[in-house]
Amino acid sequence: MATTHSPADTPTGDPAPATTGGGAQDAARRAAERGRARRRLYQWLFVAPALLYMLGFFGFPLVNNVVMSFQRYTPTTYFTGEAPFAGLDNWRAVLSDSLFTDAVWQTLLFTAGSLLGQFTIGLGLAVFFSRRFRLSGPIRAVLLLPWLVPMVVSAVVWRRIMDQDHGVLNSFLSVFGMDAVPWLASPSVALLSAVLVNIWIGIPFNMVILYGGLQEIPRELYEAAALDGAGPWRAFRSVTLPMLRPVITVVLVLGFMSTIKVLDLILALTGGGPADSTQTLGTLTYQLSFLQLDFGQGAVVGNVLILISAVFAVLYLRVNRADLGKGK
Amino acid sequence: MQTTGNRTRARSLGNTALALAILAVMLFPVYWMISTALQPDSAVAAARLVPTSPDFGNFARALETQGGSLLTSIVVSLGAVVVCLTLAAPAAYGLAQFGLRGGRAIVFGTLITQMVPSIVVANALYNAYAELNLVNSYLGLILADASLGLPFAIVLLRAFMVSIPTEVVEAAMVDGANRFTAFCRIVLPMSRNALITAGLFAFLFAWADFVFALTLNTTDDVKPVTLGIYQFIGAHVSDWGAVMATAVLSAIPAAVLLIAAQKYIAAGITGGSVK
Repeated sequence: MATTHSPADTPTGDPAPATTGGGAQDAARRAAERGRARRRLYQWLFVAPALLYMLGFFGFPLVNNVVMSFQRYTPTTYFTGEAPFAGLDNWRAVLSDSLFTDAVWQTLLFTAGSLLGQFTIGLGLAVFFSRRFRLSGPIRAVLLLPWLVPMVVSAVVWRRIMDQDHGVLNSFLSVFGMDAVPWLASPSVALLSAVLVNIWIGIPFNMVILYGGLQEIPRELYEAAALDGAGPWRAFRSVTLPMLRPVITVVLVLGFMSTIKVLDLILALTGGGPADSTQTLGTLTYQLSFLQLDFGQGAVVGNVLILISAVFAVLYLRVNRADLGKGK
Repeated sequence: MQTTGNRTRARSLGNTALALAILAVMLFPVYWMISTALQPDSAVAAARLVPTSPDFGNFARALETQGGSLLTSIVVSLGAVVVCLTLAAPAAYGLAQFGLRGGRAIVFGTLITQMVPSIVVANALYNAYAELNLVNSYLGLILADASLGLPFAIVLLRAFMVSIPTEVVEAAMVDGANRFTAFCRIVLPMSRNALITAGLFAFLFAWADFVFALTLNTTDDVKPVTLGIYQFIGAHVSDWGAVMATAVLSAIPAAVLLIAAQKYIAAGITGGSVK
């Protein structure tokens, strides 16, 4: 699957040039070649604007971040415009900072926890909504709302809900006689709270994609499994999961990419605190570059973030290549 | 027969009830946002579960302080949609139909760009923006926000345009139209649904943008509502009623599109690789 080549993308072979001699034919061939070259150029004009834009807004930043990580930026850089070469200073400073190590761990924990929760609950809901019942469609559609609301806005709402003294979450728990939980105020709980909020945000997306995947599985397979005496759990393990594997990979990789770079959610929910317990690579980049104006060190953290993402980008492309091969 | 029919109906009803319960739990934060926004004294005390005497004072205060930001968000998001579609539609067509050498590499590149974190882009872009005088400008933010939707738009539109038969365009060209006119007159109308889906998501991505708004602005000249609400909780942390009212207002586009353009949203999520 992963290695199939896309027929849609292979260039349509140009007809072989005529090999017979003759001046007139020669001239005609040259004219045809000129025409073909002009047509190629014209065709590229369709793609060129988007290509230039992407080089400017993705290619340039990627390259420039590497360069910047070797330069010294200070608050005065803005007046002088000078950022002298700094060798490995930025890298050394960042990598030896315990805040960076903490941020790496917290980012990974946040990502792993979020994906686990989003995926399991999303899959559960997808399976549940695959049963046919009234209002299934409309309810599924409305469930998407948390995913469509801007993440900062969701985080702000949750910040209020999780407030230790006035939050509705603790009021709810007190009904069951539980003590108030310092959701966002305690360094040992805050990261978990951020994970919970992100799970809430990510469930709808996981559910919709997995639901789509479930609908593609031929019903006959379940009928065959039932004939073989498989119960619901056995059918889920032997039919659903294997058939759903490509979709599961896509959902997990996409989830990973969007979770690893988390910034809005954290800034609006906890601001990276308390005591830096929710700092991630994203918030650390922001803090170093835009609050401390040390763009060099910010670039280092950004590069680490890119590096981690790149590993998963490779994975993603291998999955997607199979999709492209189908001419999608 | 009668009894099995009844049993199926009962089970279906049970499922619907369970689904509604799930919906209630999942959407509780949204309900809480609206409920708090409607309670006049939510600024000082903990909000009640149900707004017994709904009051729009919070919304008045929210509009007063954040109305401009909402307007900015609309302008920036629409601008981003225009930039996004203008760039993506011809490119997607070219990549789908011309069999350009290197076209495959470009499609792969487009997929990769979806993974570049905005904060990394912003980090490197800021200095270039400062030199080009694009910091604190509408154009600057629109261009940056377009980057959130462009890869997705190209992938989605290309996927659709691959299936357009070449004969359709060639027939128009025989009639004397050049390829670009044929593209505008034939391909674009045919791709209407895909264009709407791509534009819709470009709008939602730009509307939800926070990172570029936060980093590429140093003054309040161009302040979309995501940045507005973030600064709001920093400065007026006690006025939760107004904060929640702002949150409600900023969630309206998502809610409206969810109802009005449901089929396009579903197509977008399953058709392209969103987010």
